[in-house]
Amino acid sequence: MGSVNLRWSRVANLLPVLFGITLVSFLLLRLVPGDPAQQILGNRYTPEAAEGIRKGLGLDRPLLEQYGLFLKGVATGSFGESYQYRRPVGELLLDRTAASLMLVGLTAFFCAALSIPIGLWAAVRRGGLVDQGTRVFFTLGYALPAFLIGVLFILVFGLKLGWAPIGGYGTGFTSHLGHLVLPALTLAIPFSTVLVRSLRASTITVLDSDFVTIARLKGISEARIMSRHVLRNAISPVAVVFGINLAFLVGGTVVVENVFSIPGLGTLLVGAVSTRDYPVVQAVALVLAVFVVLVNLLTDVVHGVLDPRLTVGVQR
Amino acid sequence: MTVLDPAQLDPGSVTGRPRWLKVPLPRAVRGRPALYLGVGLLLVISVLCLGAPLFTSYSPTEIDALAVLVPPGTDGHPLGTDAFGRDLWSRLLYGGRYDLAIAFGATTVVLVAGTAIGMASAHAGGWVDAFVMRVVDLFFAFPFIVLVIAIIAALGPSLRNMFIALWLASWVGYARIAHGQTMSASRYGYVVAAGCLGYSRRRILARHVLPSVLPFVTVFAMVDAVGNVLLGASLGFLGIGIPPPTPEWGSMIAEGQAYLLSNWQLSLVPGLALVLLGVTFSLLGDGLADLFRAKQ
Repeated sequence: MGSVNLRWSRVANLLPVLFGITLVSFLLLRLVPGDPAQQILGNRYTPEAAEGIRKGLGLDRPLLEQYGLFLKGVATGSFGESYQYRRPVGELLLDRTAASLMLVGLTAFFCAALSIPIGLWAAVRRGGLVDQGTRVFFTLGYALPAFLIGVLFILVFGLKLGWAPIGGYGTGFTSHLGHLVLPALTLAIPFSTVLVRSLRASTITVLDSDFVTIARLKGISEARIMSRHVLRNAISPVAVVFGINLAFLVGGTVVVENVFSIPGLGTLLVGAVSTRDYPVVQAVALVLAVFVVLVNLLTDVVHGVLDPRLTVGVQR
Repeated sequence: MTVLDPAQLDPGSVTGRPRWLKVPLPRAVRGRPALYLGVGLLLVISVLCLGAPLFTSYSPTEIDALAVLVPPGTDGHPLGTDAFGRDLWSRLLYGGRYDLAIAFGATTVVLVAGTAIGMASAHAGGWVDAFVMRVVDLFFAFPFIVLVIAIIAALGPSLRNMFIALWLASWVGYARIAHGQTMSASRYGYVVAAGCLGYSRRRILARHVLPSVLPFVTVFAMVDAVGNVLLGASLGFLGIGIPPPTPEWGSMIAEGQAYLLSNWQLSLVPGLALVLLGVTFSLLGDGLADLFRAKQ
């Protein structure tokens, strides 16, 4: 019962945020200085074309009605038509989402693969080489822009060693994966530094607790203690850290997709800036924000499953 | 001749370092290597970039068709030239001006504005406070760089609009911190006491609450400065920051990407400069955090 309560209250909190996201995306168009139609057309401006664009954007109606139409469009998945591609924005989003989702998924996988062993090792051998190394790398990795790591990877693994393709997305699932290895690692390395540090901290707390001492006294093997007793308890705070930093990760994909020319939402967004493709900008900003909010909800639920005490705490 | 213990001559010294090492440091910096190093690095970078004409005789934008992609160290080009024959060292120094401008310009404005909004909101309380804090939550839902890019897209890419976008998107962090700290400070004994003494609420906010808010927002500002530098460079890299031919480290990395195999220094040198500036602000943040912790 407690868990149900917690989740429903999270969903109830979600609605105003989702509503607000649509409002911010809608208001972006209001930031355009002067006449958006003129900005879009540039030197191809004719009064007739401008009239058409204003109609298309719904600018000829009162503001409140415009927002109503925008909401209706969001609900039905139609975000108007892209001026650059001459296609419905909804279709463009569908085309581009797969690559971005795969990139985020593969990055999350690499993050786990990198940070769980390193974090545990740093906690077990406190003050050791791995521990000190991650501390130095944490300070440095924070100031290391993702696109620079990407450029370095392209130079070393793509051009010098020729191990991986340096850009694009390929065709077919395995080819997609191959193309996404370098971009995902590019994102995972700075992102794991945060996860390693928090996993180390929570592991140290768990290692000092009584039940670990008891497990040791019972003669359970160290490997089993780490996997069954320590990791399970140490990982749930890390899930929270992951959720908090998810927006940062999604922001990183925007840059990294452009470094490796992956046809995802990030390249779509950046390409739409110079062409003044406002409907695309609105839609991508909205989709990415909603994605962050939903995955955050998911991490909360996962956190609840990993640590049932949380849901009990909410009960009166 | 008796040997004198240097520590006796200088009561301030406890370590007895060699005389040449005894730089007259401000008291605050002593024993705080992170802060010391951060300030030092920032000074060096600032002097190099702001005094760029003193350290290079080349123009950062002058095209020289006879010296295209010259390797480092030839003809007075210490770092070589790029595909247009422009001197890399000169572009590095002049370009750093923009990255420094982003670090300071983008950060200081929101430090003041965001803190003021957060404190005012906590001070106002009631539905005003609830509304402002919901707006703050909403901004946090958007990935920061996506929000900045979207605002730049609406306003049109330019240097001015990049600053406006950074301001619009980043005040929320300060507002949230200042709000939280104002709320907890209002329960501190000395703040309650000031209220009992009948001081005006404005005076209490400025004289009693603000000093306890400042350490938090200042340390956050250093973290934010790193983020702003990286973000400004990312925008330059994506081609929606400072328009060419103006040099900026991020856009220089992007321009160099085409010549990675033959002239890797074109991308990696501005990249290293960027990392150095980021580490500088990280050190400043760590140092300041230590300083404030010691004070309390």
